[in-house]
Amino acid sequence: MARISAGTATTDSFGLRAWQAVRAVNPVYFIALVLMAWVGLRNPAFFQPDNFLTFLQRAAPLMILTAGQVFVLVSGGFDLSVGSVVTSTVIIGAILANNDPGATWWVILALLAGGLLIGLVNGAVTTYLKVPSLIATLGMLLMARGIGLLWSGGAPRGYLPDNFRMWGRGGIEGLFGLQDFPYAVIVLVIFGVGYWLLLHKLNYGRQLLALGDNPRAARLSGVNVNLMRISAFVLCSMTAVIGGILLGGRGGVSIETGTGLEMQTIAAAVLGGTMLLGGRGSIPAAMAGALALELLFTLLNLLGLPKPLRDAVQGLIIIAAVAYTAYSTRRNR
Amino acid sequence: MTAISPPAARLSAAGRARQWLRDRNIPPVYGILIIIFIAAILLDAFFGIDDELFILNQTILTNILVRSVALGIVAVGQTFVMVGASIDLSVAYLISVTAVGASYLMAGDPNRVWWTVLVLFVIGVLVGLVNGTLITRLRINPLIATLGVGLILRGLLNATFENFAGSVPASFQTFAYGMLGPLPISVLVLFLVVLVGWFVLRRMRYGAHLYAVGGSEEVGRLSGLRTERVLTMAHVICSTTAVLTGLFVVSRLRAGAPWVGTDGLYDLESIAATVIGGTALSGGKGGVWGTLAGVLIFSILDTTFNQIGIDAYMKQVLRGAIIVLAVGFYTFRSKAEQG
Repeated sequence: MARISAGTATTDSFGLRAWQAVRAVNPVYFIALVLMAWVGLRNPAFFQPDNFLTFLQRAAPLMILTAGQVFVLVSGGFDLSVGSVVTSTVIIGAILANNDPGATWWVILALLAGGLLIGLVNGAVTTYLKVPSLIATLGMLLMARGIGLLWSGGAPRGYLPDNFRMWGRGGIEGLFGLQDFPYAVIVLVIFGVGYWLLLHKLNYGRQLLALGDNPRAARLSGVNVNLMRISAFVLCSMTAVIGGILLGGRGGVSIETGTGLEMQTIAAAVLGGTMLLGGRGSIPAAMAGALALELLFTLLNLLGLPKPLRDAVQGLIIIAAVAYTAYSTRRNR
Repeated sequence: MTAISPPAARLSAAGRARQWLRDRNIPPVYGILIIIFIAAILLDAFFGIDDELFILNQTILTNILVRSVALGIVAVGQTFVMVGASIDLSVAYLISVTAVGASYLMAGDPNRVWWTVLVLFVIGVLVGLVNGTLITRLRINPLIATLGVGLILRGLLNATFENFAGSVPASFQTFAYGMLGPLPISVLVLFLVVLVGWFVLRRMRYGAHLYAVGGSEEVGRLSGLRTERVLTMAHVICSTTAVLTGLFVVSRLRAGAPWVGTDGLYDLESIAATVIGGTALSGGKGGVWGTLAGVLIFSILDTTFNQIGIDAYMKQVLRGAIIVLAVGFYTFRSKAEQG
């Protein structure tokens, strides 16, 4: 990195130093900014606080889910069961609550317990049975969705009570002088800051990154490798339940709620510079990656592209962004 | 692979049996296949919803094989990329593209079959080249690269077609329904694909190169292999098998719809079948015969679930559990898998 020696440092132009500072910033932030500016250009009302918060409310689930996925990714694994867990959270939540507002709290607790259990199974199968996490969580993808559909008989039934749905679509009236400050954005901030502290400021995160970088070295230096791996899966699954609660609140009960989310979270995390197979990743950058994806969806919508073509453009952008990241990492070495 | 073994006299009977299997390169998954087959017979005998035993019913036995064709062909291709330590998530979308493309381009006219098939295989080769180039030249992680290509294929397909489009001529349906003597043509095609796959991997120089690249790309390159070409070729082979599966699917359905590939879960199931068959995700080992056993396990399970009348959603749950347990069955014993 430090290619400029001390002797020449004084002769460096300000421009060169500024350029180096810019290059040190993760490119995902620029991607997000450019997309945001573009959306604002097409739709100037986008930057009005209320509209922007509505957008953040829509982006919150993917951003939170991506932050959860990052923990598994940096530990060296994958979690493909995220989407299924989201779907099952919504379906089973609706059956359990059955439109009874008094049931909301214990239903949320029960769903979180379910997430805990799924994470424990994913983690235990990967660490003790030594099944590669891609396969272990693929199995869980089938099982979690199967259990949800089995319980509901294949079609969603029951309703989510209003005080359950408020997390995804409601807000606090009049906060900061705004019409409606969405709960989802508050949840997003809490999880964003919490996960940032956990991965980047606490010993836990340091151990997890060390484990993903080199499991053997981590074990020899006293990291409880199995416990760390399992905890990452538990975090991810429980985050998926949170994401499911928000998504169910926004969109209601559907068996398609979580479809494709596992790959979207992985793509968003990689967009944010998370290295697959572990060792490197950042919560803010990954969440910016998720934000960029949501901005991209919004933009393609504004440009009037038919929904299927949005898939194609999304694929192109992911490939281009990851190719650029791979290229710049190689160049910097 | 062939560790120095102690003298045969000191081995137990089980040890000698294992030695015999290892000497003949028979993948351990065949043990699981036999266990599952026996379990299927017992389950059918005790819990079957009709009195007929499937083991005595030739139609059902043939059906198990036919059920394996679609997944089996593409799983052979998936084995190639996974031996090369790569992975291909775009196959399901390519199968959809092929199925829709075939029925749309043929439009029921037997004269258009040949050039349609040719066009589709060219598309397959191109998709494989793109996958391979993204992975080897641009150094994009294969999971992300092939997912991106899959999304592009899905987007283009869904933007053009919304439902079943066109149909294949009756003559083309011979691929799926024709018989050659006692055996369905499709099953013969599957065995042919497996045989060719085995021959290429185990008897041709290219196969040895692919194992070398999958084992360690660095070592492969240092020993003078053009690793990029070797891996790109594996992706081309994989995409080609996906096209063949797509052709089989459309000849069975008579018309293709944009969801036939993704609804069949061919991407994840071909990976699961390959891993159950003993090909490591980390590359460098495994082979097509193991994959075939993995695919057969899936179809035996499907048939058994039908025989004992298990709910469709329960099937998914069991399927997921069995995938995990089958892979756990031998990863549990080889502790070297993870660090």
